[in-house]
Amino acid sequence: MADEVIYRSDHVLEYPFVRSVGPVIGAFLTGLRDGRVVGTRGSGGRVIVPPTEYDPETGEETSGVVEVGPEGTVTSWSWVPRPRPKHPLQTPFAWVLVRFDGADTSFLHVLPAAGPDEVSTGMRVRPEFAPEDERVGHVKDISHFVATGGAS
Amino acid sequence: MSEREPVTMMDAATRLDYEFTAGVAMSKNLHGYEQGKFIGQRCPKCKKVYVPSRGSCPTDGLPTDEIVELPNTGTVTTYCVVNVPFAGQSIEIPYICGQILLDGANLSFMGLLQEIPIDEVRMGLRVEAVWVPPEELGPTLASVKYFRPNGEPDADYETYKEYL
Amino acid sequence: MSQYPALTSGRRPVGVVSFAQYDNVRREDARNEVEMLMPVVTEVFGNIGITKDDVGFICSGSTDYLIGGPFSFVAALDAVGVWPPRAESHVEMDGAWALYEAWVLLQEGEIDAALVYCFGRSSMGDLSEIMAVQLDPYYLAPLWPDPTSLAALQAQALIDAGKATEADFAAVASRSRRSALDNPKAQVAYDRSAEELLAEDYEVAPLRRHALPPLTDGCAAVVLAAGDKAYEWCERPAFITGIDHRIETHSVGARDLTVSPSTRTAGEKAGVGTKKVDVAELHAPYAHQELILAEALGLGDGVSVNPSGGALAANPMMSAGLIRIGESARRIWSGQADRAVAHATSGPCLQQNLVCVLEGV
Repeated sequence: MADEVIYRSDHVLEYPFVRSVGPVIGAFLTGLRDGRVVGTRGSGGRVIVPPTEYDPETGEETSGVVEVGPEGTVTSWSWVPRPRPKHPLQTPFAWVLVRFDGADTSFLHVLPAAGPDEVSTGMRVRPEFAPEDERVGHVKDISHFVATGGAS
Repeated sequence: MSEREPVTMMDAATRLDYEFTAGVAMSKNLHGYEQGKFIGQRCPKCKKVYVPSRGSCPTDGLPTDEIVELPNTGTVTTYCVVNVPFAGQSIEIPYICGQILLDGANLSFMGLLQEIPIDEVRMGLRVEAVWVPPEELGPTLASVKYFRPNGEPDADYETYKEYL
Repeated sequence: MSQYPALTSGRRPVGVVSFAQYDNVRREDARNEVEMLMPVVTEVFGNIGITKDDVGFICSGSTDYLIGGPFSFVAALDAVGVWPPRAESHVEMDGAWALYEAWVLLQEGEIDAALVYCFGRSSMGDLSEIMAVQLDPYYLAPLWPDPTSLAALQAQALIDAGKATEADFAAVASRSRRSALDNPKAQVAYDRSAEELLAEDYEVAPLRRHALPPLTDGCAAVVLAAGDKAYEWCERPAFITGIDHRIETHSVGARDLTVSPSTRTAGEKAGVGTKKVDVAELHAPYAHQELILAEALGLGDGVSVNPSGGALAANPMMSAGLIRIGESARRIWSGQADRAVAHATSGPCLQQNLVCVLEGV
C-alpha cells in the first residue's frame, strides 16, 4: 500500500570545532610539530605521555615538561585487516599502545602491518613524523610508528 | 626549544553521517504532503488530533493509530515578524512566521504567512494553505508554499486560546 | 508482615517488579523511538496491572548521538505521556544508571515506585564512528579508533599477561550463544563449538567475529517499587540489596587493561561476595571482557554466568545494561535464583561499571 511507505533521509551532523588546547596538551602538540615527544610529571614523579593536566590515576595536578623517546616499546596491540574509512591508514595496520622510553603510561597510534605476526608486545618502535612543512600541532603529526628491529 | 609560537589551538572538526528514518506516523504525515494533504492522527483516549504526529499522544502515551485528514484552512494563533538575517535563510526579510492551527487539529505548527501586509497580521486571522504546483509536491512541509488570508472573519479568541 | 532481605546499600528495600524489552533487531526499519518504546512501556506496566499514574518518577537513559537528533530523549517521553506534569530525569548513560538514579530517589522515601526506560538505535549511523566521538578529543578521537579495535587491545593484553587465550574467548562466545537459544529476545544464538568458532577470520586481531557483540536496535523498561508496594505488585520481588558504580580514567594507555578495579570496587560496595551467587548477568560486549568481570567480581565455578546469552546475544546500545538487571530479576521472580548479580558497563574497555545485587525472599 502506498501509504505504508517509510521515508528515509540522509542526515549529516558536523561539529566544526576548533579546540583551545591549554599549556599541557599544547606542549605535547608543539613538540610533535617540532619533531619531539614530551610528557609531564604526575604523582610520585611518574611521567605521563601523552600528558594531561592531572594525573589520570590520582587526579593531582601534573607539572613540568619532560622529553621522552622518541623510541618506545609496544605494551599492547590489535591488528586491523580491513581499515575503516576514517582510520589513519587505509592498508592493514596495527593499533599500538606505545610506552615511550622514559614514560610510565602508553600512547595510542598506528603501525603499518600486513599481518598480526608483524607486531608483538615488547617490540621496539619509533615514530615516523609527517614532513615538517605538513606538521601543525596535531596527533597526526606522527604519521605512524615503525619497528626499529630491536626488542625490549 | 621551538622558535615558532607554541600550539594553542587544534582543529577538531568532526562529521557523522546518518540515515534518518521518519517512523510510521511521521511517514504517513509526509506522504500526505506528497499528495497535497494534511494528515494527522487522533488519540483513542482524549480524542485530540495531532498534525504532525509522532505516533503517540504526548498526554496519554497511547498509539494514535486513527488517521485524520485535515482541511486546508486554519487560524493564526500567534505570529512574529522576522527582521533578522541568519545563515541558511531562504526567504527575503522581513517576513511573517505564524503558528497555524488547522481546523479540527489540536496542535499548531509553524508556517510562512504571505499575501498580507505585515501591519495587518493578527491573532485569530483565518488562513488557507497554498501548495506548490502538483509536479513539485514532495514528502516535506515545503510542499506548503505558504499560508494566506482566506477572507473569513477572524476566529473568536475562545476557539484557539488553548493553543497559545 | 512482609519479609525483606538485609541491605548492603541503602536503608529502604526497593525491588525490581516488572521488566520488558523490545525484540532486539539488527535494524528497526519502520518505527521511530517513540513507536518502539510505546509497546515496551505498555507491557512493563501491563505485566503488573498498573498505569503511569502509579509511579512517582520516570528516569530514562539514552544518547542523542545515536540518531543524531538533539533532545531525542525529550521527544521519547511521548511514549509515556507526561500530562499532568511528571517528575522526570534523564541520564546520557545506559538505563542501568537511570535505574540507579531512580533507586536513590526511592531511598528518600517521597515516592514508592518509579519507571525506568532506555532506548537506542545503532542502525541510524555508523556506531563505530559514533563511539569514537566519546573518546579524548585531543589524543584519541582524531585517530577514530573504533570500540572493537580498543577492545582488541585489551584482549591482546590479557593474552600477553598469560591470563587467557583466544580459545578462552571462543569458549565464552560458544557458551553464550548456546544459552541464547533459550532467550526469545536474542538476536544472535547458535550451537557451535569453540573449535569451530576459532576457524573464523579476525575482525580485529586477536578478536574474531564470534567475540564481537551484534549491532542492535532496541529498548527496555523496568518498574521499581519500594517496601510493601513491591509485594503488592509482585509475588517475589527482586530486591536490590546492593548497588554501586565506579569509573576509571578515560585514558586507555594509563590503565592496566587486564583488570577492572572499578568493577571490583563496585562489587565489594554492593556486597557481591557476602553470600552465594546463583546467577550473574554481565554486560560484556566483547567475549574476553566476561573473563575480566568474573575475576573482578570473584565469581566462582558454581555461578551461572549470562544464562540469557548476555550482550553477545543482543547489544542494544544504552539498554544492554538495564536488560542484565531485568534478566536477573526474572530469574528471582520465577524462583530459578535466590541471589543474582547484574552488571552494566560504559566507556572504552570497561571504563565505567555498575554492579547491582538482587535478592528474593
